[in-house]
Amino acid sequence: MFNFLSHGNKTFDRGVHPGDFKEQTRTLPIERMPLVDEYILPLSQHLGGPSKAVVSVGEKVIRGQLIAEPAGFVSAALHASVTGTVIAIEPRPHPSGRFVESIVIKRDPYSAQRLFDEHATDWKKMEPAELLRAIQQGGFVGLGGAAFPTHVKLSVPPGKKVDFFMINAAECEPYLTSDHRVMLEQPEAIFLGIRICMKILGAKRAYLGAEINKLDALAQLQSQIPADLPCEIVPLETKYPQGAEKMLTEAVLKREIPSGKLPIDIQVVVNNVGTVAAIGDLFRYNQPVIERVVTMTGPGIQNPRNLLIPIGTKLTEVIEFCGGMKEDVRQILFGGPMMGNAVRSTDVPITKGTSGVVFFTEDEMVSTKEYPCIRCMRCVDACPVYLNPTQLGALARAGHYDDMMDLNIMDCMECGSCSYACPSNIPLVQSFRVGKALLREKMARERAEG
Amino acid sequence: MNVLNKTLEIRTSPHLKSAVSTDQIMMHVVIALVPTTLFAIYAFGLAALLILSVTTFTAILTEHIYCRLNNKETTITDWSAAITGLLLGLTLPPALPLWMAALGSVASIALVKLLFGGLGYNIFNPALGGRAILQAAFPVAITTWHPAFLADRFSSIPSSSFAWPFTTGTYDAVAGATPLGNMKFNQVSTDVTDMAMGLTSGSVGETSAVLILLGGAYLVARNMMNWKIPVVIFITVAILSGIVNFFNPNTPTPMFMLLSGGMMLGAVFMATDMVSSPVTDRGIIAYSVIIGIMVTVIRLWGGLPEGMMYAVLMGNAVSPLLNRSLKSRVYGTGKKGGAK
Repeated sequence: MFNFLSHGNKTFDRGVHPGDFKEQTRTLPIERMPLVDEYILPLSQHLGGPSKAVVSVGEKVIRGQLIAEPAGFVSAALHASVTGTVIAIEPRPHPSGRFVESIVIKRDPYSAQRLFDEHATDWKKMEPAELLRAIQQGGFVGLGGAAFPTHVKLSVPPGKKVDFFMINAAECEPYLTSDHRVMLEQPEAIFLGIRICMKILGAKRAYLGAEINKLDALAQLQSQIPADLPCEIVPLETKYPQGAEKMLTEAVLKREIPSGKLPIDIQVVVNNVGTVAAIGDLFRYNQPVIERVVTMTGPGIQNPRNLLIPIGTKLTEVIEFCGGMKEDVRQILFGGPMMGNAVRSTDVPITKGTSGVVFFTEDEMVSTKEYPCIRCMRCVDACPVYLNPTQLGALARAGHYDDMMDLNIMDCMECGSCSYACPSNIPLVQSFRVGKALLREKMARERAEG
Repeated sequence: MNVLNKTLEIRTSPHLKSAVSTDQIMMHVVIALVPTTLFAIYAFGLAALLILSVTTFTAILTEHIYCRLNNKETTITDWSAAITGLLLGLTLPPALPLWMAALGSVASIALVKLLFGGLGYNIFNPALGGRAILQAAFPVAITTWHPAFLADRFSSIPSSSFAWPFTTGTYDAVAGATPLGNMKFNQVSTDVTDMAMGLTSGSVGETSAVLILLGGAYLVARNMMNWKIPVVIFITVAILSGIVNFFNPNTPTPMFMLLSGGMMLGAVFMATDMVSSPVTDRGIIAYSVIIGIMVTVIRLWGGLPEGMMYAVLMGNAVSPLLNRSLKSRVYGTGKKGGAK
C-alpha cells in the first residue's frame, strides 16, 4: 500500500522551507460552527467582477437561495448561508481591508434551516456543459485562497484540450490544515468531484498532489481510490510554494508552464482539493457554496480548531467559539502567513476564500530591522521562477520600474519566498507588488491611448 | 462590536522570516576565521597578535568614526568591519610595521568600502583593496617575510613592527622566503605537507591550508558560503597548472599551486565575499574560472610570485558585468518552457 511512497517525493527547483507549524490542528476533526444571529455576505469574495444582488432589503431568504448573480463570465453567484431576512445591503468591512458592498442577513431563529441531503443529482446523465452550468450556479470559486471562479477554470477554450486534471492538495502554507482534514474526512466527495471535473474537461488522467506532511491523508486516499478512476496520488516534498500552479505542474509532470501562459497551455487544469470536494457535495446534496472549512490557528488563539463555517460569519464570533484570543495578539492573518493578509479588526466576515485565520502574538512578529543587501543570493536560491530578486529589489528602490520589466518582473507570483529568505529584512516582494501594479497601470494606459 | 485592547499590526505578507540575519552571517564568518587566526598567532607569535589586533581595531574604529561624522547609527554591530580588519591582517607579512597595517585598515574601510556606500555597495573586497593599496605604497615592506616558529616569538617583537610612522624600520631576523618566492626566484619547491599544515613562511594567516578549509567547511555547512567559488577556482588552477607542468616539469605542480601563498585564504575567504561576487549561478562559475586563470597566469608568467590578490580583485571588477550578461533562465522561458 505504501509502495507509492518509495519513489521519493517530487518537488520543484528552489523555494524555501519555512517549517509547517501544523501541529496545533492537524489531528483535530472538522467541527461545525454553530449558527449566529447575523451574516455578512460581501458581493466581492472572488477574483473578477462583483456579483449583482437579486434580493432587496426586507426580503426573506432561505438557506441556499441565490441572493446575488454573477455579473459577467468572470464572476460568481452568491447564496444565503442561513434562512432569515435581508436587513441591509451596504458597504461592510472586508478581510481585504476595504469596505465592500455586502448583503447582511439576520437569521430567523425559529427556522429549522434547510438541509441538503435529499436531492442528489444524477450527474451521470448530465452533459459536460450542464455540469459546468451547475457549478457556475453553485457559486464556486477556488477555495484554496485565490477564489478564482471555478467554472472559468473548468471551461476549456476552443482549440485547447486538457489531458490532465490536477488536484492541488499541497497546502504549502504553514499553519493551515483545512485541506488536510477534508482529505481525511471526505474522500468520497473528493473522488466524486474528480470524476465530474474530468468529465467536464475531457481529461484522461487525474493527479492529486499533496505535501508529504499529510502522509495519513495520502495513504488513506491511495487505499480508497475507486478502481475505475484514473487518479494518481503524488506525494510532494514539504516546501513552499509547492501549491503554486507552476510549481505543482513542475513537480508532478516535470513540465513548465510557459511565461505568461496558463496551465491549460500545457494541457493541464489545476483545482484545489477543497473545491473538488465541494463540487462533489454539490452533486451529492445539491448544496451550493454556503460554508467552508477554515483552520483557526496560531499561538494567539485559545483553542485552535478546524471549523466548518457558514460564509459570512463574523470573525468575532468564530473567535468567541474558539475560546477567545490570547491577550498579546498582535496580528490576525486571513490565509496563511506566507501570502495571507493582516486584518485591521475582527469585524470582518469569513469569505469563500478564507482557508484559515492565523493569530500571531508578539513572539511571532518578525524583525523589521533592515540591513543593506549583501548579495548573499539567498533570494536568488529561493525564487521558484528563477528571477533575480536582489537586482529587482535594487531597481525597485531606485524606482526603475521599466528595467524591472526587462528582468521578467511580470513572472513574479508574489509568493514571498525572497522576502522570507532575505537575512537583511529587505521588503523585496512588497516592492515587487508595487512595481507590478504600477507597470500594469502603465500598460493599461498605453493600451487605452492606442 | 469587538474592541481590542491593542491595535492590530497591519503588514503585508510574508509574515514569516527565515531565522538567519545578516549580522549573524557576518558573525559566523568571524567564527570561521578563529582557527586560522589562532594558528597565525601560534606560528608567528606576538608579531601576528599585534598586527591582527591593530588591523581589526582600526577597521572598527574607522567605521565607527565615519558613522559618527555622518550622524548615522553606528554599523560596527553588523560585524562586517571586524571581518575586513581581520582578513586584512591575515594577508599581511607578520613583521610589517604596524603603522602601515593601520593605514591599510583605514584605506580598506574608508576608501574601498565606505566611499562606495558601505556594506553591500563596495565593488571590491575591502580587505584585498586595502592590501592592494599597501602593496602599491610599500612594495618592499609588504614582500619582506618573517620566519615562522622562531624560538623567541612569544617573548620578543620584531623591531620593524614598531617602526615610526613614515619609516620602514630595520628588520632584525633574516627574511624568511615563502614557498612561492623560493619557487619563483630560486626554483626550489617546498614540501607539500608542510604547506598544508602551515609550517612555512608567508602572510600572517595564509599558511595553514587545512585550517582555512576547516573554516570554509563550517560556513558551507551553515549555508553561509558558496562552495562553488573555491571549488571552481581550485579545479581551474589545478587543470591549468597541471597542463603547464606536464609540458614543463620545472613549473609548480598543481598541488603546490593550491597549497602555496594566498590561494587558500583568497579562494575560501576573499573570493567568496558575497558583496563583491556575482549573484547568478552562471556568473559565479565564470567569476571563479576567471580568478583561477588570472592567478595561474600571474604566478607562472608574471613578475610577481603571488597573484591571488590581483586575481580576486579582477574577478570583483567583472562581477557587475557577469551579473548583467549571465542571467539565469526564467521559469517558463527558453528551452524548458518552450511554448508550442
